[in-house]
Amino acid sequence: MLPELGNFALALALVLALCQAVLPVWGSYSGDTRLMAMARPLVVGQFAFVALAFAILTHAFLVNDFSTAYVANNSNSLLPWYYRLSAVWGGHEGSLLLWALVLAGWSIAVAAMSRSLPQVFMARVIAVLGVIAIGFLSFMIFTSNPFDRVLPAALEGRDLNPLLQDFGLIVHPPMLYMGYVGFAVAFAFAIAALLEQKVDERWVRWARPWTLAAWGFLTIGIALGSWWAYYELGWGGWWFWDPVENASFMPWLIGTALIHSQIVTEKRGNFRAWTLLLAIFAFSFSLLGTFLVRSGVLTSVHAFANDPSRGLFILAFLGVVTTGALLLYAIRAPRLEHGGEQPFAPLSRESLIMANNLMMVSACAMILLGTLYPLLADAMGWGKVSVGPPYFGVLFTWLMVPIVLLMPFGPFAKWRRDSFSALARPAATGLIIASLAAITAWLWVNDLPWRAIAGIFGGAWIIGMSALWAWRLLRDPARRGSFNGGRLGMWLAHIGVGVFVVGVLVKESTTIEKDVSMAPGDRIAVRGLSVEFEQMRRYTGPNYHADQGVFNVYDGDRLLTTLTPAKRQYKARGDQMTEAAIDAGFTRDLYVSLGERIGTDGAWAVRVYHKPFVRWIWLGALLMMLGAFVAALDKRYRRVPASEPTEAPTAQQRAAPALNAAARQG
Amino acid sequence: MWRYALPLLVVIALGVLLFQGIGRDPSTLPSPLIDHPVPAFELGTLADPSVRVSQQDLLGEPYLLNVFASWCATCHLEHPVLKAFAEEGVARLIGLNWKDQPDDAKRWLVRAGDPYALILADESGAVGIDLGVYGTPETFLIDANGVIRFKHVGELTDAVIEREIRPRLLAWSDGAAP
Amino acid sequence: MTPARQRRMWLVLLILLGAGVATALALTALNQNIQHFFSPSDIALGQAPTARAFRLGGIVEEGSVARLGSGLTVSFVVTDRFKTQPAQFTGILPDLFREGQSVVAIGELNNGMFVADEVLAKHDETYMPAEVADAIARAQVKKASADSSSIAAPAPAAAGPKGY
Repeated sequence: MLPELGNFALALALVLALCQAVLPVWGSYSGDTRLMAMARPLVVGQFAFVALAFAILTHAFLVNDFSTAYVANNSNSLLPWYYRLSAVWGGHEGSLLLWALVLAGWSIAVAAMSRSLPQVFMARVIAVLGVIAIGFLSFMIFTSNPFDRVLPAALEGRDLNPLLQDFGLIVHPPMLYMGYVGFAVAFAFAIAALLEQKVDERWVRWARPWTLAAWGFLTIGIALGSWWAYYELGWGGWWFWDPVENASFMPWLIGTALIHSQIVTEKRGNFRAWTLLLAIFAFSFSLLGTFLVRSGVLTSVHAFANDPSRGLFILAFLGVVTTGALLLYAIRAPRLEHGGEQPFAPLSRESLIMANNLMMVSACAMILLGTLYPLLADAMGWGKVSVGPPYFGVLFTWLMVPIVLLMPFGPFAKWRRDSFSALARPAATGLIIASLAAITAWLWVNDLPWRAIAGIFGGAWIIGMSALWAWRLLRDPARRGSFNGGRLGMWLAHIGVGVFVVGVLVKESTTIEKDVSMAPGDRIAVRGLSVEFEQMRRYTGPNYHADQGVFNVYDGDRLLTTLTPAKRQYKARGDQMTEAAIDAGFTRDLYVSLGERIGTDGAWAVRVYHKPFVRWIWLGALLMMLGAFVAALDKRYRRVPASEPTEAPTAQQRAAPALNAAARQG
Repeated sequence: MWRYALPLLVVIALGVLLFQGIGRDPSTLPSPLIDHPVPAFELGTLADPSVRVSQQDLLGEPYLLNVFASWCATCHLEHPVLKAFAEEGVARLIGLNWKDQPDDAKRWLVRAGDPYALILADESGAVGIDLGVYGTPETFLIDANGVIRFKHVGELTDAVIEREIRPRLLAWSDGAAP
Repeated sequence: MTPARQRRMWLVLLILLGAGVATALALTALNQNIQHFFSPSDIALGQAPTARAFRLGGIVEEGSVARLGSGLTVSFVVTDRFKTQPAQFTGILPDLFREGQSVVAIGELNNGMFVADEVLAKHDETYMPAEVADAIARAQVKKASADSSSIAAPAPAAAGPKGY
């Protein structure tokens, strides 16, 4: 009976979303304040019903209601309760419900925190969010209903795919969806801005905290996926350029371009049309990612169940949303470019941000080409092809080089016009720091590969220049106060990039991977450590049997730790899973995982990896996320000015603070 | 002003490409086995493994071969449609129990009802592989001469029966060359 | 032309040049990294390259998996139920690699032996990649035509249905 109620709740949510999409925007055009005022209550109502549906589905999992097809397909009575909880979004239908819930949640947040913004504008923002909600809710109800019944009820569930029975799964999708949905907010702001009679640039200032938060969530979502793949898939990889990974990475790249472009538009009034375009594309790529993952057009280890009707639906929705937005853009954007545009010199903060945008968009285009090429080849009859990871890896690395080199100059560069001589001083300092770091590393470690040296140089370059920038700012009493949330956030995020660069390049070039055959009693040496295979054990978990190896790790004669990798046999599906054992460290990970039995005398195929600095990869991402959140929470976004100007500041007004800042080299 | 329309045009081109992509999805595109004879097989029945049935034994009248398993939730969803079809008696409904434990399958059929005239047990999945099955449920329409004429991947619905299966069965019973 | 216009023109030209170079580089890299998919039947027909990596897909033939010595090298045979292709892999095989299951491996042909650098994991034992399923279906067709051309066609079933 409850699943029927859940179904009903979804239907009601859809009705409310329809109202949310139509009524307030109608009111915005007819000047009817009552209609516009309905926006917030409608959002609350939609959220309430989506949350109810979600709660009902969660309940169905917790009580093992196998009469619900989705529960039967993704759960099992032996599954521990915490995985039953995360199984709610472990499959296609449930993950859509999570999407809808996150969307409704962000919509409420936007509605609640924008009371100081013009009603007409907000009515349209909420209407756009309503349209998106309609898309996801109807997609669910008509093609992927989590509340479909199986009658008679299954005796036992099919169990959650063991790959997904993991902490990483519990948090990775929600974080990812927070990011995607956050870009929907930026998208909604952009559409509302385009719908204004006179496009108001204040939309950028209002949209910035939401965009920053969205980007932060997406960053950590992607990082969590990478971390999870690393320890769960059993062979130590952290990024495979898998179509599903690429699908989440492309919106991230556009999002990075967007958060930087927004700075220029807010502070200087430039790139107005471009920022709008980026906001549209960031969300479109989020939707494209959803399409690629669920439609079956691309085969991938990650992909959800293939179903052409679902693919068609998402594609149609994606088409409507994107072409509609771009049509609006094509019509309205030309009116933007007149007046208020500030010229800037080839060497200036604007041009550096433009370089950032170019690199990000190029990287995104390159990844899109590689991801969709198999599809293109199939459509054109060129055969069934796939694109090997080196395509992505090599091109992306080369694109990162200019970014790494130019990024530290951003905070130093002046708006409008800067000079080589002014930037030469910090550059020289940065160069010295980076060279020192690289030389130290080279001297300290024998045979350090050039890629690791380059990574250390690049990372130290970024971190060193960032530290210099912060030091200069803080030691000047006049400018100390300007080290606000926005600047602190930027500083953290940029340092995060430096940390990430070090992690990737050092790890990739100095990893030692040994696949060996070991019998109990055997020892293997890896970079000064000795790993001894003590014995095999057998044990039983809640829903699996396992063969567990006991490995002792010695540093000389001292026992460092004991690692226990396992091979699990899940009872319900009969699937086999490798559980790696990792001794994590700040400067290195030691990773042991089991292959299979060899022969009959107890020998096993064993994988022993030594991976220096691998944690820095996710630490860097964590810093980027923190930076984004700190910047989003900057007080000035929450401060309501005493008199909110109704007109956008004129070019003159805008130029004044910029000139002052230029004098102080802000 | 054309440059503002550029993104729109690029996206439309991309959309066409992606549409082609899903248009080529196996379920809407004919399998290579269409209009070719059913691959040779010999399997035991679910009820009694010692009773062997080969594709030769099934010649003489068209039949619907439904690939299913007790662990497949979508199969549960299409079950009522299969039962209704079997009751009509227009054609034989033969089940291929794929990669399943016979006990689980039997138990499920007792609870859900058994619409099949005959069920073949393909525990290892080998016959399914020969048929190009890559997921359940899949349904094949095979004519009286043992030639595969239509394949549907995914849940069998009344719409698919009306649109693809019934017209063919009708044409064959009218004497048109199958 | 005003200086602003001129600057803009240079900028556009620079961007176009950059885009051109980037596109050329991308397409070259793409070309070098495209992996085609071939089934054992395709290899038997000589369609697979001999000096380039490609993807081999099919089913792991039952009884064909053997370990060479006490090391990590495993030999097995990939079949599409019509033709077979011997293969070899040194390393740890993914969990779902099993006889009678589908497999996709990336590697090169070396004197008739497919030496795999990578054996791809599937996410579910009931999941079969569409390209492998397709390859097998195509092989069935080839097999049927090969059988009928070498043997007389089987007598049509004059006997009625056996009551099924």
